[in-house]
Amino acid sequence: MTERYDVLVIGAGPAGLAAAHAAATHGARVGLLDAQATAGGQVWRKDVRHVGPRQARRRMADALNHPHVTWLAQTRVVAVEQDGLLLEDTRRARRIEYGALILATGARELLLPFPGWTLPGVTGAGGLQALAKQGWPLAGRRVIVAGSGPLLLAVAATARRHGAIVLGIHEQASAGAVNRFACNLWRWPTKALQAVLLRGQLAGVPYRCGSVVRRATGEDTLRAIELDGPHGTERLECDQLAIGYGLLPNVELAQMLGCALQLDGAHPYVDVDSQQRTSVTGVYAAGELCGIGGRDSAGIEGAIAGHAAAGAVVDASLLRQRQHARSFAAALRQHFALDPRVRTLAEPNTLICRCEDVPLQALDGYTDARGAKLATRCGMGACQGRICGSALAELGRFPRSGQRPPLFPARLSTLGDIDLSSCHHQGSSA
Amino acid sequence: MNTLRTRIEINGRQVEVPAGASVAAAIAQLGLSCRRSVTGQWRAPFCGMGVCFECRVQIDGIAQQRACMVPVSEGMQVLTDD
Amino acid sequence: MKSYDLIIVGAGIVGAACADYASHEGLNVAIVEPGPIGGGATAAAMGHLVAMDDDPAELALAHYSLGLWESFTEVPQAEYSRCGTLWVASTEHDFARIPDKLARLTAAGIHAEQIDTEQLYRLEPALVPGLAGGMRVPGEAVVYPPGVARHLVDRAVARGTELHGGVASRVENGELRLADNTRLRGPVLVATGCALPQLLPQLPLRTRKGHLVITDRYPDVVHHQLLELGYADSAHGDADSSVAFNVQPRPTGQILIGSSREYGSSTPDVSMAMVRRMLERTFQYLPSLRQLEALRIWTGFRPVSMDGLPYLGRVPGQTDVWVAAGHEGLGVTTSLGSARIVIDQLLGRPAAIDPRPYDPARIAA
Repeated sequence: MTERYDVLVIGAGPAGLAAAHAAATHGARVGLLDAQATAGGQVWRKDVRHVGPRQARRRMADALNHPHVTWLAQTRVVAVEQDGLLLEDTRRARRIEYGALILATGARELLLPFPGWTLPGVTGAGGLQALAKQGWPLAGRRVIVAGSGPLLLAVAATARRHGAIVLGIHEQASAGAVNRFACNLWRWPTKALQAVLLRGQLAGVPYRCGSVVRRATGEDTLRAIELDGPHGTERLECDQLAIGYGLLPNVELAQMLGCALQLDGAHPYVDVDSQQRTSVTGVYAAGELCGIGGRDSAGIEGAIAGHAAAGAVVDASLLRQRQHARSFAAALRQHFALDPRVRTLAEPNTLICRCEDVPLQALDGYTDARGAKLATRCGMGACQGRICGSALAELGRFPRSGQRPPLFPARLSTLGDIDLSSCHHQGSSA
Repeated sequence: MNTLRTRIEINGRQVEVPAGASVAAAIAQLGLSCRRSVTGQWRAPFCGMGVCFECRVQIDGIAQQRACMVPVSEGMQVLTDD
Repeated sequence: MKSYDLIIVGAGIVGAACADYASHEGLNVAIVEPGPIGGGATAAAMGHLVAMDDDPAELALAHYSLGLWESFTEVPQAEYSRCGTLWVASTEHDFARIPDKLARLTAAGIHAEQIDTEQLYRLEPALVPGLAGGMRVPGEAVVYPPGVARHLVDRAVARGTELHGGVASRVENGELRLADNTRLRGPVLVATGCALPQLLPQLPLRTRKGHLVITDRYPDVVHHQLLELGYADSAHGDADSSVAFNVQPRPTGQILIGSSREYGSSTPDVSMAMVRRMLERTFQYLPSLRQLEALRIWTGFRPVSMDGLPYLGRVPGQTDVWVAAGHEGLGVTTSLGSARIVIDQLLGRPAAIDPRPYDPARIAA
């Protein structure tokens, strides 16, 4: 069976929610899907122990309760077909056709290798926040938050709310850079307010700049980390390390659709025009995949895309708001630029490909991702190179290779048979 | 605060977590890691959002499922590597 | 201008095997390969070492090669795994074809055995109930073809072979010209697979696209390379497109699923329609695979000669231009034997098996 929507929105974070709502207000029949069980994306991910922020709840209600919006939870895109998308939910394959497609696939963390980064107890920074919101037990656990960007504050606040003892926040950017960023925050009042609120929640938590985690140690689980800061090296015992070096656009679906990409440093983002149109007719993109800009610009871009995809005129004030919000992203990039040191932490025997356990030294001499993959299995595993490929690009080794279907690992039944009637009674003979 | 609880079984041990929690959270509650890497190292959730595949476990008889992407449901049977 | 005893164009598994054997025989060899070693059909291949019994010449080459593969069982890069081949009969009609196949394989010196249904399900419990039986070829194996190609090139390089990264643009008698106008002097052996027509357009070659799907690690679900007995109908038939049940257990525990054959498609894009057909076929034999996670789908192109047999030998009308290409789906299995046949002829020695069926001169006949 094939479903059809006037507008199909991929991703239910701030951009996707705004896009779905905007398109629905013009009477478009909208499908909104996300791989997660609940809407909100990463930034508004549902917390199983705490009520979420009011703005998030309102935006979710606006989109999900709209009579023209169909919410498709735990539904992920598998492949692009001639006239639609092949998807799967927890039970079955689906095929969905659309008049217009809005990509709001958001971002993931830039996770960079260092000795010990594969130990249980080491997670992404946003990763720990996501895990905590899903009920990951943090009460009484000693947590260190590290990496780069204002996200670290939010992560520390979430960890604390879940009962963690946050030993410190270690920002790789210099104190000077961070101060300049803070002094400029008045230009984005909502951001300044967030920062103040977060600092308030983090009373007593040390915030160290120019501080880089060099190594994590432990046998089968994390016991301690080594920090390299302005005052030398330091060893700290801890139970959890939450470490992320900022965000990366999730461009893989856009890439599979053939949308033109641009490079920001080592990482691609989706090229869009003022109406959030990509280079592919009928395909729009909004939010982090168009370049990391934060949730405010994601919401604005989502609304622009939603209006445009529904064939409506986009209000000029939205376009101005976007410009202002995007300038915040530029300030972020400038002030939290990565210290070259963080690209040199991995040692020759540090595993780069965590799926296939490929150490850095095995990749010496390879100048492209495919050659390295054929020879070493680097990037051949289940994450399809999302972790190692992006890390190697950041380390200056070689760019990630292109995306082939399936977009994420998918059930063979999805790829092989989308006739639902035959899916249920089989598969029991093994 | 969410007071509803869901009970599942991990490696034969019962564990109770808040309703809507992920299988990854339930595994962590028992102090367990998820899988052995291809060279035998223990691995546990890393990215927390379904990208890195470090938290793959067997859920209700099907191996290689991402524990961070699956909410618990009553009576679920989970196996980590051993 | 540098000169060599032999210039090999292409470092797929066939070119690599030629370089390995030629350098072993003391020749001063150059390999010209602009891409990764084993990066073409070699990288796309399943890596099944199998004897097909449908054509006597093909069988002879496979058998000869399988013997040569025995010296690779302990080479780590080869990832050699002697899983054996299990040909599955879905009907009594298919089952009835087994004695003839057995006889042909036995005559060629390959050990194979008929399998009744009880043995079939003991060997492969995941197979769907109701199958008629099968035939097992226990000595056959799977390898990792790009790993083998790299190993062969490394060995050749260790003996002094030079590896050139340039693009070959023209072959003349006793000379190879590269795109940057570098010229290399010496006999030229073209082993460029699907790219053969670019250098030797006089040798007819078509490409036949295939799809493969690989799963995450699910050890012990299947144990043998499994093929349907009707496989050869798909492999050797001339239909525009066909699929056959062909599933392989990788040493990693992953399951590699084939196979499709398609003429007339020249883009490497994955066709979900073809994948669907291929997997529907797979589920008819292994329904429990449905719930497993697929990690990747890829495509590749098989180089098909005018009659399905490779071109191995001197290019007609030329004195110093040689060819080893056109192996279709059996290039991995027959790479080692192919290399010997060509290089032995080049050295003026008798080949170990009758080389005439593979002589490119047959295109004139």
